[in-house]
Amino acid sequence: MEPGTGLQVRLRQATPFALDVAFEAPGGEITALFGPSGSGKTTVLRAIAGLQPMDTGRVACAGEVWTDTVAGIRAPTHRRPVGFVFQDYALFPHLTVREQLALSLGHRPTGERPARIDGLLDLVRLRGLGDRRPAALSGGQQQRAALARALARDPAVLLLDEPFAAVDWALRESLRRELVALQRSLSLTVVLVTHDFEDVAKLASHLVVLERGTVTASGTVEALTARNAVPGVTGWREPAVALDARIAAQESARQLTVIVAGGLRLEVPTIEAAVGAPVRIQLAAREVILASRRPEGLSLHNVIEAHVLAVEPAAHPALRLVHLQAGDTRFLSLVTADAARSLGLSPGTPVLALVKAVAVEAFA
Amino acid sequence: MDWTALGLSLQLGLATVALLLPIAFLLARWLAFSRFRGRGFLEALVALPLILPPTVVGFYLLLAFGRGSPIGAGFESLFGHPLVFSFEGLVLASLIVNLPFAVQPMQNALAAIPPSVRDAARCCGLSPLAAVRRIELPLALPGIATAAVLTFAHTLGEFGVVLMVGGSIPGETRTIAIAIYDRVQAFDESSAGAMALVLLVLAVVALGLSNTLARRAGRQD
Repeated sequence: MEPGTGLQVRLRQATPFALDVAFEAPGGEITALFGPSGSGKTTVLRAIAGLQPMDTGRVACAGEVWTDTVAGIRAPTHRRPVGFVFQDYALFPHLTVREQLALSLGHRPTGERPARIDGLLDLVRLRGLGDRRPAALSGGQQQRAALARALARDPAVLLLDEPFAAVDWALRESLRRELVALQRSLSLTVVLVTHDFEDVAKLASHLVVLERGTVTASGTVEALTARNAVPGVTGWREPAVALDARIAAQESARQLTVIVAGGLRLEVPTIEAAVGAPVRIQLAAREVILASRRPEGLSLHNVIEAHVLAVEPAAHPALRLVHLQAGDTRFLSLVTADAARSLGLSPGTPVLALVKAVAVEAFA
Repeated sequence: MDWTALGLSLQLGLATVALLLPIAFLLARWLAFSRFRGRGFLEALVALPLILPPTVVGFYLLLAFGRGSPIGAGFESLFGHPLVFSFEGLVLASLIVNLPFAVQPMQNALAAIPPSVRDAARCCGLSPLAAVRRIELPLALPGIATAAVLTFAHTLGEFGVVLMVGGSIPGETRTIAIAIYDRVQAFDESSAGAMALVLLVLAVVALGLSNTLARRAGRQD
């Protein structure tokens, strides 16, 4: 993390419900605030924006202090460079998209605004719809208009409150892709509130888990999923690791893409992206087969040399969750207790991890 | 046809609307957005003129505006004539009597603005005052129009309170509603009829205008 570009948050209140939260959101990355409803994540987001007063706390962003109850600092919301996308989008019903963007550009000289509005409309693919009012836009268009309005503020941090909750599954996936592309191209610092772990696994690099007003886990998504240690998810979500990877090569003749995530080199079905482009992959533990010898005559692309870090009980009594490491990358394998015994798995055992190309879920 | 009375009524109506709307907007905004102890009591107080008989309201205002009261004495020492039985007294009484007609439509319109929309205004960098001007006022416009029309029409028709506080001084406090009563008492039914018809037409036009404005402002696309 670059020093001074991120967001530092420390908040505490006793009423109306207890909240005691501290975390950092690194600059230029997406940090997810994840937790069940009622865990206080939206309250945290509102406090960052200055919409919610706190008993005690400190909020600083990119080196500027926005809230410091000890020093008596409490910048009003309209003086904080935040872009807020509300769960219901909160578009102004009486204004066209262009007018909403113009309203958010008050900090820029008047002469710059029309060009900036055009740029923003292009950015969220709403060119041509700028003269429409919100009621004449579809759900996905409304979401993009809200995003453009938040970006118009030139925010030091973009705050997203359940941004995909109001759209259906198919649209959600494409909006996620657009958000990731936008975040990368603009190096935005983003705090994303969600109760959907798919958002975390596909979008976020950092994760803060909130439960009943306190942080129960925080760290990189990669580390937390690799340790199968995300509170509120462990138990119902299949153990799976989310990894940041890059496109290493395109083997178009074989219709395969080679991706590298730390110590893992994986061949997967073609991903439409340039070599070097970042890609988020998810590897479910149940898709990783363990072997002691290199197999032959299998329809298999990926054989990874790894070693066992730990073998622990899984949700089902007949299964074991095997923690693995290849290079400096950790991942998981779910095997039967019987297989763990016959392979003699214990910490330090070298194994071969077998992964079908189609078992790797890539999000680029 | 008492043109002076009609002119006085229109003057009273316009003065009431012009003075009352800003005050009532602030009060409506406070009632719509703030949570405080005694809010229910304040709302009931604002609604009181709706259910009290006009003569009762007029009686208490007469007491409050009289020479013996601080308000009446203060007014007289400032302006040199008594507040009761004056046009100024009528305006003041009219402001109080019309409070519910002005506050309630605006309060409802403001309360209908989603809290997230008001939060979004601040997140867009609008100062509290700019948010009122750019977001709250335009969104509450149907309520404001309704408030203006109701207040104006009700002022034209107010009888009991005007009679109690203003009496029936030609050119000063004899409004058209009083003049109609006066003409009926004098068995001058044709004059009374003409003036009643004017009020009827004004009321119909006002309601039609209010409905049209509300419908137009309600169409957002």
